Amino acid sequence: MEQNLEAITFTIDGVEVQGMPGQTILEAAEEAGIYVPRLCQLKGITPHGSCRVCTVKVGGSWTCAACTQPIYEGMEVDNSSEEIQTLRKDLVEMLFTEGNHYCMFCDKSGNCELQAMAYRMGIMAPKYPYIYPEAELDASHPDLFIDRNRCILCARCVNTAQEQDGKSVFDFAGRGPHKKIIVNGEKLSDTQLAAADKAADACPVGAILPKKGAYAKPVGARDYDDAPIGSDIEAKVCK
Amino acid sequence: MAEKRIIVEPVTRVEGHGKVSLLLDEENKVKQARLHIVEFRGFERFIQGRPYWEIPVMVQRLCGICPVSHHLAAAKAMDQIVGVDKLTPVAEKMRRLMHYGQTLQSHALHFFHLASPDLLMGFDADPEIRNVIGVAKKFPELATQGVLLRKYGQEVIKATSGKKIHGTGAIPGGINKNLSIAERDEFLKDIDQMVEWSEGALKVAKEYTMEHLEELGSFGSFESSHLSHIREDGCMDLYDGGLRAITKDGDKIFDHIPVEQYSDYLAEEVRPWSYMKFPFIKSIGPEDGWYRVGPLSRVNTADFIDTPLAESARVEFMALTSGKPNNITLAYHWARMIEMLHSAEKIRELLNDSDLQGNDLVIKGERREEGIATLEAPRGTLFHHYKVDENDQVTMANLIVSTTSNNIPMNLAVQKIAEEYISGKPEITEGLLNRLEIGIRAYDPCLSCATHAMGKMPLEVKLIDAEGKVVDQMVKG
Ligand code: SF4
Ligand code: FES
Repeated sequence: MEQNLEAITFTIDGVEVQGMPGQTILEAAEEAGIYVPRLCQLKGITPHGSCRVCTVKVGGSWTCAACTQPIYEGMEVDNSSEEIQTLRKDLVEMLFTEGNHYCMFCDKSGNCELQAMAYRMGIMAPKYPYIYPEAELDASHPDLFIDRNRCILCARCVNTAQEQDGKSVFDFAGRGPHKKIIVNGEKLSDTQLAAADKAADACPVGAILPKKGAYAKPVGARDYDDAPIGSDIEAKVCK
Repeated sequence: MAEKRIIVEPVTRVEGHGKVSLLLDEENKVKQARLHIVEFRGFERFIQGRPYWEIPVMVQRLCGICPVSHHLAAAKAMDQIVGVDKLTPVAEKMRRLMHYGQTLQSHALHFFHLASPDLLMGFDADPEIRNVIGVAKKFPELATQGVLLRKYGQEVIKATSGKKIHGTGAIPGGINKNLSIAERDEFLKDIDQMVEWSEGALKVAKEYTMEHLEELGSFGSFESSHLSHIREDGCMDLYDGGLRAITKDGDKIFDHIPVEQYSDYLAEEVRPWSYMKFPFIKSIGPEDGWYRVGPLSRVNTADFIDTPLAESARVEFMALTSGKPNNITLAYHWARMIEMLHSAEKIRELLNDSDLQGNDLVIKGERREEGIATLEAPRGTLFHHYKVDENDQVTMANLIVSTTSNNIPMNLAVQKIAEEYISGKPEITEGLLNRLEIGIRAYDPCLSCATHAMGKMPLEVKLIDAEGKVVDQMVKG
């Protein structure tokens, strides 16, 4: 009863949804079995709000990041109009052209959230020109490597290391097109990062990967081989 | 100076295409014939700096037609890097199964789609019907068998590597999956049919060669050395073994050479007119040390084949030349079909081996800095050589692909055919073009994949004089 008193009622695509005060749109939607696409958001980590793939429209007038925007009573959220979907698709396409994403030989292929997002959104080939940035690979660490060609600057590694591992391992340097992920030291092996750290497993793409066990999961057994990204969340509603 | 140059060039704008230039003298006799192939040396640089485990997956992108060969050759080299000389039985056999599936589908594609129009319709048949559609109309059963044999091979590749093309199955030190009972039973249903159809295709290739022996004896043919893998006991082995090279008479130049020592026996020469390197047998030297690879060479070098149907086919094949190497260029087709039958028999043998259901997929040993591996790809011996630093990054890669080894032989075939069909005649004829195409195709070079979708090789011929002026032109395709 008490919970009911506190609950906030709002709508997503016209469907009535309930959430708790302080919850973000993304969190409340997820509990209701509604998937809001996301890349930089990672459960348990302070939302970074940088990728904007979770963009929704509120009240038919303003857009915001569903991963940072708290819900309020009577809120009307548009999570699936063509306008919103096109906007998200463009953002994902830009992530592809701003990096060097060669899915065909990446160990993360099939388990990659960016690739899975592109499949879910039906992106065949980006319409924007590829930038082919110069990016470095740092394989100095005995158990892990970082390939900046694939980094989408989501900050999941930065925040996971700080908040969950209690270590200062990653940070950003530079601005705009020059922004890149850096490590606390000359190279990755100088940092405190360990293979068992949460941060080692936080990257949505193939930018931070373990050295051991590459391609050990056969095609067909990978995370997104059978069902598109987000379908685990949507499955809740079907029950 | 009345030197003229004829350039035969595919019209389609595709990578891996070939171009033939024929330099003529005043009497229109062929002075020199050259086959230019645009090749992919760039990959060897692209690979540098990448973590070594990515290479088997990455390097298969070199080729759209036999990616499994590159996948497996690189994986074998990376086995060396992770210190593994002997894989677990399931890993070794899954990889072999993948390889035989690849050989089956590649040979089936080549024979039914690319070569059979030439053989079944005749060299001078109208190009309108001398293609895979023409064959499908006239020999519908054969065409269907070709399609289904290829499909079977592709399904084997999928079950072993995860995908029909560009899978991930072979990983350093092993394999990432075994063959489930369900998968095995599915394949067992049709394997006898595949063996039977392979026998049928072999019969077509054999009878064709026997019937046209006189013509083929001279058609683009020449004596040559041959190189291939060989198993310890002298048996044909497409997946593993030491290196054997024989002379045109069948004498051994070297035998059972561990692949790690390849650079002691083989070297590569760069020639200014080609992007391709020219490998040669060191002990003979760059001038005469070239050799052939591929089905013809493998059947020539093997002492025997360990599957009964292919072995009796080999015996018949060798009887034609009284046990000496067969040097007829178009006999490649016959030899290729012996190998297709061998692959089908090997698949049947493996499917009945319960090792494929094992679970011990990967092993590791002591890390090494260098990995060298070879494999008998459908088109011939394939070399992969890598160096990896202490951070696991590749610092050096050298690949010798089969089309490179067959570079000089293909040039010679072109020269022979040109000499026979052009010399003395002032114009470029359809017959010449057909024959050049057929001679090159016998080697099943990589460049054929791009120009052969419909069983045609579109060609543009230019007659260019010494000053570089086009004096005649002909387009075909
Ligand atoms: S390395 Fe991975 S987790 Fe870190 S910012 Fe880049 S994409 Fe995000
Ligand atoms: S998930 Fe919300 S901004 Fe990235």
